[in-house]
Amino acid sequence: MRRLGGLYILAFLFVITGLMFPDSYYVTVVGVTIFTNAVLAVSLNLLMGYAGQISLGHAAFFGLGAYSSAILTSRYGVNPWLAMLAGLALSGTVSWVLARPILKLKGHYLAMATLGMGIIIHIFFVQADWLTGGPDGLSGIPGITVFGWPVNTDLRWYWVFGVLMLFCIWVSLNIVDSRPGRALAAVHGSEVAAQMTGVDTASVKAQIFVVSALLASVAGSLFAHQQAFVSPESFSFFFSIELVTMVVLGGLASTFGAVFGAVLLSLLPEFLLVFEDFEVLIYGAILMAIMIFLPDGLFVTTSRLITERLRGGEAS
Amino acid sequence: MFDQLLQFIISGITVGSVYALVGLGFTIIYNASDVVNFAQGEFVMIGAMSAIFLYGAGIPYPLALAAAVAITVVVGLMLEKFAVEPAKNASVVTTIIITIGASIFLRGAALLVWGKDIYGLPPFTKDVPISIGSATLLPQNIYVMLGTAVAVLLVRYFFDRTMTGKAIMACSCNRRAASLVGINVNRMLLIAYGVSALLGAVAGILVTPITYTSYDAGVMLGLKGFCAAILGGMGNSMGAVAGGLLLGIIESLGAGIISSGYKDAIAFVVILGVLFFRPGGLLGRADSERV
Repeated sequence: MRRLGGLYILAFLFVITGLMFPDSYYVTVVGVTIFTNAVLAVSLNLLMGYAGQISLGHAAFFGLGAYSSAILTSRYGVNPWLAMLAGLALSGTVSWVLARPILKLKGHYLAMATLGMGIIIHIFFVQADWLTGGPDGLSGIPGITVFGWPVNTDLRWYWVFGVLMLFCIWVSLNIVDSRPGRALAAVHGSEVAAQMTGVDTASVKAQIFVVSALLASVAGSLFAHQQAFVSPESFSFFFSIELVTMVVLGGLASTFGAVFGAVLLSLLPEFLLVFEDFEVLIYGAILMAIMIFLPDGLFVTTSRLITERLRGGEAS
Repeated sequence: MFDQLLQFIISGITVGSVYALVGLGFTIIYNASDVVNFAQGEFVMIGAMSAIFLYGAGIPYPLALAAAVAITVVVGLMLEKFAVEPAKNASVVTTIIITIGASIFLRGAALLVWGKDIYGLPPFTKDVPISIGSATLLPQNIYVMLGTAVAVLLVRYFFDRTMTGKAIMACSCNRRAASLVGINVNRMLLIAYGVSALLGAVAGILVTPITYTSYDAGVMLGLKGFCAAILGGMGNSMGAVAGGLLLGIIESLGAGIISSGYKDAIAFVVILGVLFFRPGGLLGRADSERV
């Protein structure tokens, strides 16, 4: 109960919000964006927060899932669920092949390699217009049906993405508290020490890389159906950076921190819209300010403060 | 075929010179402060854009160029003072995000001031192409190469022969030890950012008459500079220069022979290949980890 307590609270909030404000723009439209970003941030956090391996190319797997679904369903009329599986197979293969050589690297070299991977895949989306539609993207992607229930309104997408997010959080919480999760924590602490205690660090890192790619791929597939349109812009280097920022903003190695970061960074552009031309400038400034003043992340810093306050209260 | 190859190599060296200067700037900052400065490419953009607008405002060309370099150096100093110095003990990821935030900020500022248009600078002297076989070389190509060579030699001289340069090197070896022997570490960091910004501005001014520039030109240049620095082995300044030139030539050959659309991808494929087989970079030594 204690381990999954946060999840239950979140699930409760999710249901209540959906029932109480079914027409609100912030719930249905922004909500879906938030959930998508939360899935991506939570999956990236498995790799970055728990295993301590930075990735500046996470958007690539999101894109692989999205494009697999988009191409297969819109061009070849494949069933969306089969297309999603195909996307999973593709992302799984790519991540599995790249995992070992990439995760062998450390620090800035790892950052460079993952960044390179993301950019190469993004350039492929832009250039292979015979397959991906090029910079203009692909449209006409059909919707999906969940057990005979057609997902055809914004509100229904809210439920679908929300459930996906909760599932993702559940997976993340369970991995963290399992044997592989402890192995990951050991790798994060010290790779050499982990090896000494018998952890096969290379394979643990590779496994978590694949898991995080698979989760991102599912989110990508659903994203393609929800938008009914994909273009390379959604999977660029900047989006990868945004995801990293969500994870760090919430505080590394905290599943709910990642969710929190996703919520905040998804809402930010909505509020910055009023600044129009100043939007980019302010966005950059906020990013810098948070990292400078709260290097441990907003969520972790605040929750630590609250815990201390509570403890202090009990003592007096 | 040979002439075409020569043409590719000429343009490769020209672009590679810019990568080399950006990579060198990367390395200087990395050595001094352990920070990978993702805003490095913005220095190139700001240098070029300021030069264009100062010149457009009627300031004599050489003066406009000098002022543009000065503006960029000020931006570099401010970056260190207001973004990097306050976050002194931050982790690698945090500093990466801070510098990316800075680069977004600078791009946003450039967008506000200069808009989205693409601009060019007039060449330094009259554009009479020099032909070598059927390949052609513009005088501006020669200025880019010469300018880069001079800049690299000056940087070498600065770090090998001057007291300040040696003090910065000392900070890169061990910051605490450097401060114990009386080196003002913060000041050295500031100087390192200034030098790095200066190199970026010089690169931007040299190459803009050939390649043009816009408010978002810095992103790719910064990433390529990072590639150059990694190719040469992070922290190895002459390695970064060699890496930049190499990257420029490979890219230009790849764009000419394979496909120009995949030009940027080729650079990153090369980088991944190098990292997979020589994780320490081409010129870097395999490092051992202290446990």
